[in-house]
Amino acid sequence: MNNIIVYCEVKDDGKIADVSLELCSKARHLADRLNVNVDAAVIGNNLKGLENELFTHGVNTVFCLEDSRLSFYQTLPHFSVMTKLIEREKPYSVLFGATPVGRDLGPRVASYLRCGLTADCTALDIDENGNLMQIRPAFGGNIIATIICPDVRPQMATVREGVMKQEVFEKQKNTAVVKLNASEFLNEADFVVKIIERKLEEKKIDIKGAPIIVSGGYGMGSKENFKLLHELAALLGGEVGATRAAVDAGFAEPERQVGQTGVTVRPKVYIACGISGAVQHRSGMEQSALIISINTDPHAPINSIADYVITGDAADVVSKMIKYCKSNSKK
Amino acid sequence: MKKEFQIVVLAKQVPDTKNVGKDAMNADGTINRAALPAIFNPDDMKALEMALMCRDILKKENIDVKVTVITMGPPRANEIIREALYRGADNGFVVSDKRFAASDTLATSYALSMAIKKLGHYDVVFTGRQAIDGDTAQVGPQTAEKLEVPQITYADELIAVTPEMIRLRRVLQHGIEVVETKLPALVTVHGNAHDCRSRHAHLVIKKKNTEIPMWTADDINPDFDRLGGKGSPTKVKNIENVVLTKKESITVSSDDEGIKGLIEDLTAAHIF
Repeated sequence: MNNIIVYCEVKDDGKIADVSLELCSKARHLADRLNVNVDAAVIGNNLKGLENELFTHGVNTVFCLEDSRLSFYQTLPHFSVMTKLIEREKPYSVLFGATPVGRDLGPRVASYLRCGLTADCTALDIDENGNLMQIRPAFGGNIIATIICPDVRPQMATVREGVMKQEVFEKQKNTAVVKLNASEFLNEADFVVKIIERKLEEKKIDIKGAPIIVSGGYGMGSKENFKLLHELAALLGGEVGATRAAVDAGFAEPERQVGQTGVTVRPKVYIACGISGAVQHRSGMEQSALIISINTDPHAPINSIADYVITGDAADVVSKMIKYCKSNSKK
Repeated sequence: MKKEFQIVVLAKQVPDTKNVGKDAMNADGTINRAALPAIFNPDDMKALEMALMCRDILKKENIDVKVTVITMGPPRANEIIREALYRGADNGFVVSDKRFAASDTLATSYALSMAIKKLGHYDVVFTGRQAIDGDTAQVGPQTAEKLEVPQITYADELIAVTPEMIRLRRVLQHGIEVVETKLPALVTVHGNAHDCRSRHAHLVIKKKNTEIPMWTADDINPDFDRLGGKGSPTKVKNIENVVLTKKESITVSSDDEGIKGLIEDLTAAHIF
């Protein structure tokens, strides 16, 4: 009763998704304040050994349902297991990653249980009445909304990847693995949708781990000018990022998008080129260790979170940076 | 007599959040919707196209098939129904009532599911993956649950449809998947899907003055406790306008000297 359940996504390689471990870590902190447990729900085929990783991320009880039909995620079986588990355990809160899987499953589960679900949270906290505060940017990022569900339990949320920190904890004193019985939790009708074919692509572009990100906005003006960003990023051993507007304009691939609807990054250095800094972009990069902003507008919102502000044409300034990086490395 | 194959499209009229101007926010931090252009939600437009493709395929098999578009919103949302008619939808209506105000996704999906049930019979429901004013992507899956039908989310290509089943390609985080399900089912359509066909001139002339029916809450026979704010478990506790906290920053000149100095400093500090 009143625990926090984290739905843990199992990737195709059999490992727990990073976002789920981030959520377990966050849930541990919330649970300590509420004096409750963190439970993990893991559903799939071949789940042996996964509990150890969950225990080091602060989990008390791992609920595990293994079945040979569950090699790949499917909505209905996971829905059946989660709704039955929640009805039995009556948790305080249930958390999902705001991934395609979490955003497919969470809403259906919340609908069945008639409880609230807040999408794409960027922060979670507890208010003076013990409600879970679910914080998310809204309306194109012009506002930050704090959502609560005062009357209904459990309080459910999906949380963006990369916004919570993964932490390693000492193993809790009371840990357990509880196996759930497939015949009790699944129905034959849950398998009505058939997977005919499945093709995974190696993700070619992944800017999340890059130590330096040279990022461009609509203010770069063209795809041509984005080549300068690639050149600078290559020199610095970094990656190129982009705003939603730049991606929409075709200047960069969608995988490079930083911000609320893209990826959240926290590199050592973030160089914002021709980026005005709408909040939905900033929410994806403001935790960078060092921010350099290059913008023609000295009052661009991004400047207020930048460590270095350069007022000028981004293409021109980046060309100069390339020049001096090259001459510097020759020494 | 054979039943008509009924395709439903759920669409939303949304403020164009890409064109948020200075007067878009009221002084108290609420949204001034009147100052924003209202558009057909882009993913829903793609859902309409997939519905029309379904109709094209089934018509070739001499199956009687109809595309009905439903929207929930203020009376002016009939603009998007008319747009859908111009592009080939057979009919559509607006579900509008003050008692729907302050609905979260749970109350919205309940109202939409009741409107679909009022049609009496449906085979497949298409809707966009998400709306640009909320980006929650919740109403599709929640409507599927209320209708107790399977959901296929993030579909980007229609592969086959018969009166009994549908086969679609869907976008995964790192790849694609082809799935098939028995009907009825609900499909949410991904932004990668085919763009919607344009308006037909003859339909614009024909449907320009077509009356678009409006259903109120009473028409969909709901449990009134499940509508609007009352039926919405999520409450807004606090809204903050985004105010930036000023951080100490160093101004660097954009001339050669300034940039040269910055690069040297950062290199010396082992940052570069």
